[in-house]
Parts: sequence; C-alpha cells; structure tokens
Amino acid sequence: MRRLINIALAALTLSFAAPASAQLQDENANDFTEKLEIGISTDEIAITSDFRGADLTIFGAVDGFNPNLLAQGKYNIIVSLEGPKDNATVRKKERVFGIWVNTSSMTFELVPESYSLSSTRDIETIAPPGEMGNMGIGVDHMRLVPLGFVGDGSNLGEFRNAFRRIRETSGVYERDPGGVQFISSSLFKASVRLPANVPNGVHVVRAYLFRDGTFVAAKALPLRVVKTGLEQVITETAHGQPLFYGVFAVLLAVITGWGASLLFRKE
Amino acid sequence: MTIYLPIAELSVNILIILGMGAAVGFLSGMFGVGGGFLITPLLIFYNIPPVVAVATGANQVVASSISGAITHFRRGTIDIKLGTVLLCGGLAGATVGVWLFSLLRRVGQLDLVISLLYVVLLGSVGSLMLWESVRAMRKAAKNQATPLRRPGQHNWVHRLPLKMRFKKSKIYLSVIPVAALGFCIGVLTSVMGVGGGFIMVPAMIYLLRIPTNVVVGTSLFQIIFVSAYTVIVQASTNYTVDIVLAFVLMIAGVVGAQYGVRVGQKLRGEQLRALLALLVLAVGIRLAIELVIPPKDIYSVVSAGFGF
Repeated sequence: MRRLINIALAALTLSFAAPASAQLQDENANDFTEKLEIGISTDEIAITSDFRGADLTIFGAVDGFNPNLLAQGKYNIIVSLEGPKDNATVRKKERVFGIWVNTSSMTFELVPESYSLSSTRDIETIAPPGEMGNMGIGVDHMRLVPLGFVGDGSNLGEFRNAFRRIRETSGVYERDPGGVQFISSSLFKASVRLPANVPNGVHVVRAYLFRDGTFVAAKALPLRVVKTGLEQVITETAHGQPLFYGVFAVLLAVITGWGASLLFRKE
Repeated sequence: MTIYLPIAELSVNILIILGMGAAVGFLSGMFGVGGGFLITPLLIFYNIPPVVAVATGANQVVASSISGAITHFRRGTIDIKLGTVLLCGGLAGATVGVWLFSLLRRVGQLDLVISLLYVVLLGSVGSLMLWESVRAMRKAAKNQATPLRRPGQHNWVHRLPLKMRFKKSKIYLSVIPVAALGFCIGVLTSVMGVGGGFIMVPAMIYLLRIPTNVVVGTSLFQIIFVSAYTVIVQASTNYTVDIVLAFVLMIAGVVGAQYGVRVGQKLRGEQLRALLALLVLAVGIRLAIELVIPPKDIYSVVSAGFGF
C-alpha cells in the first residue's frame, strides 16, 4: 500500500515536472541559432606506394553563436574520422591440452575499420555519457552489435572491451582530446589521423557541436581513400580478373627465377 | 623506407622484407630447398595476415625452385614420368587443400592448424634428418661408406598393385604411393604455403627407394607446377596473392640463393643435412613455443576482409 502511494506520488511529481522540462527543451530548441560548417582541403586521399598514413586538418566555423557562452568556453566540438564499416570477429583463446586454441568468438556488425577522434577536451567532460552513448560518439560509446546468437550475453562485455582495447592498441582507433582548437572566436581547426594500414573506401568526417553539455548540431563530409596508380591497377586486377592475375604472378616468378639463373651463370 | 602492399593492405618496411627474402634465399640456395617453410612463418611473425603469407609464400616458392629445376633439367636428372604421376596427386591435393584452407578460415582455426602442421612436420622431419646426418657423420669419421639407398631391400610399398616402370629412375613401382605422396604434398602446399621439398625428398629416398640422383630434380619439377597451380587457385578463390610482396621477396631471394649455393658447395653433404635439420627444428620449436606459452593477448580481432 505504502509502495503504491509512493509510486503515485512519483507519478504526480513527474507529471508536474514534465511540462516544465519540456518548456525548457523548447526554449533550448528555439535558442539553437548556432550552425556548424566544416570543410576539408580534399575529398580524396590517394594511397601511393610509400603511404605512411596521413594527418588531416579539418576547418570549421560556428555561426550564430552566443558570445557570452563562447567566452565562458561552453561550446565544445568533437570531430571524428570514421573508416568504412565491416563486420569484425573477436576470438578468445583458451588452453586446451596445453596449447592455446581459439575457443569462442563473437562477430560485431558493421564497425568502422578505423576511427580517429579529436575534440576540444576529453569527450567524457563535454556531455553526459548517456548522451554520448545515444549518439555513438567515441570509442567507448561506439555501437557494437553482436551478430547471430550470443547465448545469455554474459560475455558480451568482455568481448566488447577486448575489441576496443585491441583496436586502440593497434592504432586504428585513436582519440586526441585537445585536437580541436579555436583559431578565432568562431573558427576552429581539427586534426585527425588516417593510420598507415588504412582501409580503402569511403571514410566519413563528422563534426558535432555541443553547447554546455547539450548536442546542438552535426555535419558530415565524405572522404574517399583510394589506391592510385600501380596499387589501384593491382587491386582491380586481383579482384576483377583473378585468373589472369594468378597466371601473371606465376609468370613473374618464372621470369625472376629463370632470369637470375641466366644472369648468375654468366658471371 | 616503407612500401604499401596493395593486397595485404598495409605498409611495411621494404628493407625488412628484402632482408627476409635474401636470408631465406641464401639458406634455400645453400641447402637446395625451396624455403617456403621459412618464408611463410617469417611473414606471419611480421604481422602479414596468414592468408596472404601462405598464398604469397607459394608464389615465392615458384621463383626459388625454377632455377634449380632448370639446372637439373639440363643435367637430365628429372624423371618426367615419375614427376607427372606425383603432379597428378599434387594437383588433386592442392585443390582439396585450398578448399580446406577456406573452411578453416571460416571457422577461425586456420592459424592454429597452420602452426600445428608446421610444428609436427618440422619437428619430425628435423629430428629424423638430424639423427640420420649425425649417424652419417660418425660413420664418415670411422671411414665407412654410407649408402643412402640399399638396393634389393624392399618394404611394404613395393608390394602394392598398379605397378609402372619408370625408366629414368630405373625402378618398377606402384603408382599408388607416388600419387599419394604427391597428394599429401599438394595439400601442404596450399594450406601451409610450402613447396614440400623437405618432406618429399626424404620420403622419396627412404620410403619409395628412388635413386638419389633423380630425387631432387623430380621433386623440384613437381613443386613448381603444384605451387604455380596453388598460386592461381588462391588468387582466384581467396584473392590473397600479394604480387608486390611476392616480387620483393623473389628478387631478394634469387640473389641470396646464388650466394647460398656457393657456401653450400664448400660444405660436406652430411654437415649440410645436419645444419638444415637444426634450422628446421629451430623453426618448429619457435612455433611450438608460440602455441604453448600464454599469449600476450588471449583475444584477437579480424575484420571480414581477411578473417573468413
């Protein structure tokens, strides 16, 4: 009985509180005059034979900002560079009869192959974790949806953590709190990194604007990472005409082996 | 100095790859082996995805075996008929091997099976070779002749049906063990990226009692065709042959091999075999340790591109 009353009371308070917060939200929504614009110097990165990764600088501007809030440092910006998405499998080894064997695995659906995050400060201090989680910003909040049957899901956490840890230590997932800097009152620049073992395909640059812990606006730009020249020809041939490619690889080996035996016989 | 590998999709230090190719080439020239059993594990240690390492290793084997085969062809120490029977088994084996390779890749046990096969094969072949060569060295010290082949001595292999006459080898032998040997080597070529000479040569000498003078040439003959076939099949089904990686390895390998041959000629047969045995054992032990000690990280991540 007592419990019921409590619930009723809580409901009552909520019903009073709700309009108030809704009003607040409305005010905020009306208040969102800020607009976010970003630009990159190129929309295509070429992978050449000496490719070692690349640093990208993204410029952006916040329009219609509130100068008071800006002066207080209430505006925060997060810029991410997300690689093409693919399924990724995490495998766990266990000792079986003295040797280490992959015994269990979990496949996560469409996770970015690379992820570089840059922000005005540590993203955990920009907005509450709940909000970051909803938007899927940051390595810790990235959506990792297991594919197929995962049992009772009790090991979901350990596989997710292992995935994040491995991707971060291998350098394909990076974060740089402080990588976004205001260069004038409304103009900012962000640096993100494309790792050396970058996957080809369409990467996406995303910028998010937060005002005092609340998400305001976002903008996205595609960035194509392509192989060029010989690298492109090789990849296209390998996938487009695999038989020809295989025969060519063998011929190359034959010529190299034969050539060497002729060359060194003369000496 | 880095070079981008378009199929492996990563940048590697070209000097390390050149060094690897030259070192393996040197050893293969010195011992007269293809070197596939060294190059594939080395590439895997260097973080090249095992799928790419195996397929590319097979391509390197073609290059390193060809000059040896040419020499043997000129000398007339290749038994084409015997080689063809081996080859028939080899092609069938390679086909099964590529299928097995795709299957293991799907269930996530490819790395384990590759390592286990290496440990078992290198361990047993290495120990046998070491034992044999130490015995030969002892006998040589006592000034006794060491016949590798004991003529007139027969084993169960020689009682099998479907016999065929191999003129060049001067033997009358059932095609069943020959094709079966070829088949096994074919499977190993496509699963492990090796030529299989280190298994085929002893098996031909000790099991089939084929005269030593035609053994190396004939095994090289079969290795070239089976490896070439494996490269083509791997390229068509798994798209895992990295031609840039293979080419860098080949160039360094064939040059290294020429110097290896010169050093090899200065050593005596049984010394050479003992050294090769130690090398084979060392690679096997290195891989065995990897399997037994707790891994740095019990988790691993593979993305769909190379994981399946």
